[in-house]
Amino acid sequence: MAGPFTRLISGRNTAVLLASLGAGTMATGFLMTENNSLVAEAKKMLYPPSSDFPDLRKHNNCMAAALTPAVYAKLRDKLTPNNWTLDQCIQTGVDNPGHPFIKTVGCVAGDEESYEVFAELFDPIIKDRHNGYDPRTMTHPTDLDASKVFTPSHDLSLPGSSVHLSAAPTCVEPYFSFFPVSVFLLQITNGVFDEKYVLSSRVRTGRSIRGLSLPPACSRAERREVERVVVMALAGLKGDLAGRYYGLGDMTDKEQQQLIDDHFLFDKPVSPLLTCAFMARDWPDARGIWHNNEKTFLIWVNEEDHTRVISMEKGGNMKRVFERFCRGLKQVEQLIQERGWEFMWNERLGYILTCPSNLGTGLRAGVHVRLPNLSKDSRFSKILDNLRLQKRGTGGVDTAATGDTFDISNNDRLGKSEVELVQLLVDGVNYLIECEKKLEKGHDIKVPAPITQFRK
Amino acid sequence: MPFGNTHNQMKLKYSSEQEYPDLSQHNNHMAKLLTPAIYERLRSKQTPSGFTLDDVIQTGIDNPGHPFIMTVGCVAGDEETYEVFKELLDPVIEDRHGGYKPSDKHKTDLNPDNLKGGDDLDPNYVLSSRVRTGRSVRGFCLPPHCSRGERRAVETLSIEALDTLSGDLKGKYYALKNMTDAEQQQLIDDHFLFDKPVSPLLLASGMARDWPDARGIWHNNNKTFLVWVNEEDHLRVISMQQGGNMKEVFNRFCTGLTKIEGLFKDRGHSFMWNEHLGYVLTCPSNLGTGLRAGVHVKLPNMSKHAKFEEVLKKLRLQKRGTGGVDTAAVGGVFDISNADRLGFSEVELVQMVVDGIKLLIEMEKKLEKGQSIDDIMPAQK
Repeated sequence: MAGPFTRLISGRNTAVLLASLGAGTMATGFLMTENNSLVAEAKKMLYPPSSDFPDLRKHNNCMAAALTPAVYAKLRDKLTPNNWTLDQCIQTGVDNPGHPFIKTVGCVAGDEESYEVFAELFDPIIKDRHNGYDPRTMTHPTDLDASKVFTPSHDLSLPGSSVHLSAAPTCVEPYFSFFPVSVFLLQITNGVFDEKYVLSSRVRTGRSIRGLSLPPACSRAERREVERVVVMALAGLKGDLAGRYYGLGDMTDKEQQQLIDDHFLFDKPVSPLLTCAFMARDWPDARGIWHNNEKTFLIWVNEEDHTRVISMEKGGNMKRVFERFCRGLKQVEQLIQERGWEFMWNERLGYILTCPSNLGTGLRAGVHVRLPNLSKDSRFSKILDNLRLQKRGTGGVDTAATGDTFDISNNDRLGKSEVELVQLLVDGVNYLIECEKKLEKGHDIKVPAPITQFRK
Repeated sequence: MPFGNTHNQMKLKYSSEQEYPDLSQHNNHMAKLLTPAIYERLRSKQTPSGFTLDDVIQTGIDNPGHPFIMTVGCVAGDEETYEVFKELLDPVIEDRHGGYKPSDKHKTDLNPDNLKGGDDLDPNYVLSSRVRTGRSVRGFCLPPHCSRGERRAVETLSIEALDTLSGDLKGKYYALKNMTDAEQQQLIDDHFLFDKPVSPLLLASGMARDWPDARGIWHNNNKTFLVWVNEEDHLRVISMQQGGNMKEVFNRFCTGLTKIEGLFKDRGHSFMWNEHLGYVLTCPSNLGTGLRAGVHVKLPNMSKHAKFEEVLKKLRLQKRGTGGVDTAAVGGVFDISNADRLGFSEVELVQMVVDGIKLLIEMEKKLEKGQSIDDIMPAQK
């Protein structure tokens, strides 16, 4: 790159052009136009895409794997309707080479249209991250129908009970590929976990407000508008969902301490993955936390997404957690629609969020579960893999487990509906608990067959 | 946004009040001076390369500052920033640089013969001497705003120019992304290596993007002349050596800088400079000379004296820890340097350091003997 480019730079004509570009005298009228198209054009000629192509040789993230010089050349000078560029999408991936073991995504969307305008980069990244989901040919199912939640007719905490006792098949064989899709199969069964093992249950997702730029790109006014729209909608929630908003910049010390004690408070991001994606700008302006009085339904405003919606409670009643989750989400959606707003969603990608890893459902359903014996078994990771689950420490992503308690949640986000993913989590956790019980008694356990990816 | 002409026109559909930042918790020059009226007038503007007001001030919004330390809170993305946004930057410059007016002219003097003395600072007290400045290459955007292509172009130009230096200035370039472990360790041991910025002041302005692409360190074989490429400025030029011969350090500094400037000119590039602001650098605090001349000096008694700060102020000097800005002093050893950058020439500033250090050492010696320093207190410079 140095050779031909050096000649370009040292050529006399170029020097003249460069000098005029940067000339201290502001007299030249055309340089000062609002438009600046002449300057932009000259700059594009001086700096072809090859001169700007990032050095990704040491990088291990989805963006670095997918961004070829050819794709970069095609997309570098494009703009979304909000004037967001490719370079801005990929900056976080350029600045964070990644880890040999952990493959991060390495790019973000600045607005809904990023996924379209830069589809040539985002589509392969989505495919890579979401197990082969092809946005060009597939559609994503959304299913938040809480009426499908089904009360089990037995008590799973009885000793010797097995996951196979319920009315619907719940074993983790890949039945999706054998049986026709039916409401019966899509009911969530065995949604109440053995509380000897499961300490808490939680479901989270994100939602973006259509028409406003996402956290990497939004201006202060847009961010404040997101806050205004969401807080106004949340004020309309009633009954067990009635609650209150705490702006990050306004809360009292006492309120802050309470939110910390409740494990609700989020703080200014320190992860370079987020700060390099411009998400921490203007902190704490227009950021806040809303939660219901019962402290079981929580919404983060303007952290990594416009909103993060969380339903949680102590204990193992995932069914109730999910029911509240669906109900709350539905109501919030209705409340913003009454005022002429809607969530970003499309058939191809489901719910649109800042990070491509959260497309589709954006859903992470998980439990804090004690697995002292299973976690020491060498097959633990494989079992989780096959069940399409992941483990994290109890501090969340990038933390280590304390003691034997793990955060276990679904791996997938896109290509399966919310109901399907929660079902997967429920079945998986029950399987893990069964394994734990078996190991307690000195019995052996089996690694389950892997679950298939997508329905045809 | 830190780079690319993107969002600014879109923001204009919101009113100025809706976009105006919340600066109620802030203590920096920008926050002090950016009124809603100024914001309204400047927010629709951009420099020819697309740098906007929000780009200028983002670092100041994201870093509210400290009750005791007044940071600048804004940066330039190109040479024209100081012109297009003068309504904000002129007051900032005036505030930061001791009342420097928009009509003032800055004098540049890089003739080392004009420095009186400075070759005999007491080596029992002065451990090392150092002069640094920065230079920006005209025609390229500055670190907060430059594209990868531009940054690489600056690096290529710099390597080409520096490679032709000869004599005691002959040296070698070490690109940050290519150096071997051995080279890296050597540079650390020599106290030459700079690393990816961690200061949120720099990160929030976009200066660490694409690290370590096109960043590097050049130094001469004698290890007394050093150039940082693409850190906080296009170039930081440093002359340093052990001991108290500031005259020699300054000599080499001027000679080296003048040579480098000539080499860049041969290749069709001048440094960003004008009559009013002197040398143009990324941070308004470094305008003018961009010069910080300083020593590491042992002042265990003086530093505990009640009038230490007052003396420094009168001498127009500042103290830092020996790790540089934002570090604490270790073992009574301080980094003492000139506080000013703009409105005084290079020679004048180094003279202040030379004279000031002489006086401080005299005071230290008196305090060692248990004598008072009241009779040699300086007047305000």
